[in-house]
Amino acid sequence: MGGKDVKLGTMKALILVGGYGTRLRPLTLSRPKPLVEFANKPMLMHQIEALLEAGVTQVVLAVSYRAEQMESELRAETDKLGITLIFSHETEPLGTAGPLALAKDILACGDEPFFVLNSDVICDFPFKEMVDFHKAHGKEGTIVVTKVEEPSKYGVVVYSDQGRIEKFVEKPTEFVSNKINAGMYIFNPSIMKRIELRPMSIEKEVFPCMANEAELFAYELQGFWMDVGQPKDFITGTSLYLKSVREKNPSMLYTGPGAVGNSLVDPTAVIGANCRIGPNVTIGPGVVIEDGVCVKRCTILRDATIKSHSWLDSCIVGWKCVVGRWVRLENVTVLGEDVIVKDEIYINGGKVLPHKAISDSVPEPQIIM
Amino acid sequence: MLVKAVILIGGNQKGTRFRPLSLDLPKPLFAVAGFPIIQHHIEACVQIPFLKEIIILGYYAVSEMSQFVLDMVQLYKINIRYLQEFEPLGTAGGLYHFRDQIRCGNPDFFFVLNGDVCADFPLTEMLEFHKTHGEKQKAIVTLMATEATRQQSLIYGCIVENKENNTLEHYVEKPSTFISTLINCGVYIFSPEVFHQMANVFNKKQMDFYNVENGSSIEREALYLEKEILMPLAGTGKALVYQTIKWWSQLKTPGAAIYANRHYLNLFRERRPERLAKSVQPTIIGDVYIHATANVHPTAVLGPNVSIGAHATIGYGTRIKESIVLAHSRILDHSLVLYSIIGANSEIGCWTRVEGTPCDPNPDKPFAKMENAPLFNEEGKLNPSITILGNNVTIPSEVIVRNSIVLPHKELTRSYNNEIIL
Repeated sequence: MGGKDVKLGTMKALILVGGYGTRLRPLTLSRPKPLVEFANKPMLMHQIEALLEAGVTQVVLAVSYRAEQMESELRAETDKLGITLIFSHETEPLGTAGPLALAKDILACGDEPFFVLNSDVICDFPFKEMVDFHKAHGKEGTIVVTKVEEPSKYGVVVYSDQGRIEKFVEKPTEFVSNKINAGMYIFNPSIMKRIELRPMSIEKEVFPCMANEAELFAYELQGFWMDVGQPKDFITGTSLYLKSVREKNPSMLYTGPGAVGNSLVDPTAVIGANCRIGPNVTIGPGVVIEDGVCVKRCTILRDATIKSHSWLDSCIVGWKCVVGRWVRLENVTVLGEDVIVKDEIYINGGKVLPHKAISDSVPEPQIIM
Repeated sequence: MLVKAVILIGGNQKGTRFRPLSLDLPKPLFAVAGFPIIQHHIEACVQIPFLKEIIILGYYAVSEMSQFVLDMVQLYKINIRYLQEFEPLGTAGGLYHFRDQIRCGNPDFFFVLNGDVCADFPLTEMLEFHKTHGEKQKAIVTLMATEATRQQSLIYGCIVENKENNTLEHYVEKPSTFISTLINCGVYIFSPEVFHQMANVFNKKQMDFYNVENGSSIEREALYLEKEILMPLAGTGKALVYQTIKWWSQLKTPGAAIYANRHYLNLFRERRPERLAKSVQPTIIGDVYIHATANVHPTAVLGPNVSIGAHATIGYGTRIKESIVLAHSRILDHSLVLYSIIGANSEIGCWTRVEGTPCDPNPDKPFAKMENAPLFNEEGKLNPSITILGNNVTIPSEVIVRNSIVLPHKELTRSYNNEIIL
């Protein structure tokens, strides 16, 4: 019987894209965050492709900023994939719950549950498993939880052995649990009666009530999870993602000269002689890596150039950047779009705004405007 | 006519600011622009007409200096001797003690050069000056002087000159208030009469020693040139001042060695261009000295102001700038060395960055000298300066060593910034 599949096929998803992406500046000064390429694919496309694979064909993007640019860039991709993309444009920021109300007509028009995702989340998306779990408990909402090492930085979820959520503790001062809200949910349309069309926080104003009424369940995520909304986590998330690629699809990884560990290199990128690429490097289309370059734990975005004998560790190099010869970049240095770093420069933890030319070393973490 | 030259080089207890480079090797033998510091002095002396002998006076053990002296004699084909003081005798005590050696052969004049200065020594001109001006006044000494800034003059010996007859009016060593912008370069021409002055001072000191009960015998025979010989001569007309505008600097710290490296290489370009490297592979920028036995990869880019010592190995795709690399060192692929001194037999791994901060004179002030900053600032932190690796230091690959000083025989395992590594 195709019951379940049919159900999935008509399920919808809401992705909370939100606003300015300030934590991922300076990259997001040039492009909206969902379009920044994570592992050589726009962040949003990782989620959309996973949703598509789980049978979702209608995705609503709740955006409050740069909707037109995203729309035009994503249109081509999504048409190709056969997925319908609907933009729900917030004229004022509606928080984490408000956007659901704004998209009510689409999300709650039937009686199947719908997905809600935080756009910064990268993991082994378990959409099919989430649906099964949700149907099994039959209550109003399912929250995906994941285990982290430092739960006090996040909101911690406390739930029973069956998964029924008892309470949330925001940034606990003592150890409560190591499971946190992973930013992925399934809700029944009945949740709409809890949400008004105004700035509303789903964590603070909706979930506690649902928990008290025993309507909220926790699905434990297996595998890696990362909120890649800031550079340090973007880099760590890339390493986790590449590890997952090694397990699922190792032929995609780079095996050319100088390969170390897991790396992803676009076929149009050019890599010189005597380089060392990896571990945990992603190199985008049109990138040129000259001779004798060592790149580790970095993301090199489209059309950037890294000149000879440079050494990069834990950095993000923005689109069209030119990094000179004998340059040393380390410690989560992020170069915005079209930055030029002159020969022999050292940058330690620098965040460089777009179109800047750097001709002096930055030995201590700093923002370069 | 017969002229001699004496080079004063002190000993191990002096020149401690040159550590760690002076821990394994006498400071005067440290190579700047490819040649030991006092070889530059010797080369300048050898140009003096009628120069018959060079005497090197110091407190180092003879065994530490003998090979160098032999090499110099071979090279310049002139009498050169090293005489060791039996105990530290101060800046003039050695001259007095070895007066017979200096006087033998009856030299008309003798130069005295301080071993810890570096300069474009104008010795022939100075000799001319002393002969012509000194004749009338029966001058005993001519001091070489140069301009400094008001503020910096306070750390040198300050000279007040009578401009009409070029005589020394007044002399104060390291005054506490401003005296004059004209400073003592530590280069002198003496007439042998100066030994009479010295004898007077020496004998008086010996009398004092015997007259005072429990007189300390330490420094009993020490004599101080500036305080006990020059200062009393000020105002007598017997001491002349020769002012030069040529390059001159003290060479007390490793930072000064990098500064001197640049200037001596620059002088080679004028006087001895055959010593500088000129090639397409490796790529040479500006003034670079490469010892004939050094092994430099054709893809390396060297300069400006780089000296590479004997049997050094410079690897594929390396970049060296404003630095001194001593003998038998190895710098591996893709690494960058900037404003640093790499000690003998050291090794730097691949993709490593060794970087220092220059302490150049203020370019906005005429006659400014090198900054002589203390090792630590007011907060007790190391002042950024040239990075120095002592002998036999190993630096792993892919790290950065910045503004740090590494003592000899140390093996690093990580990056360092602004530290002294024991």
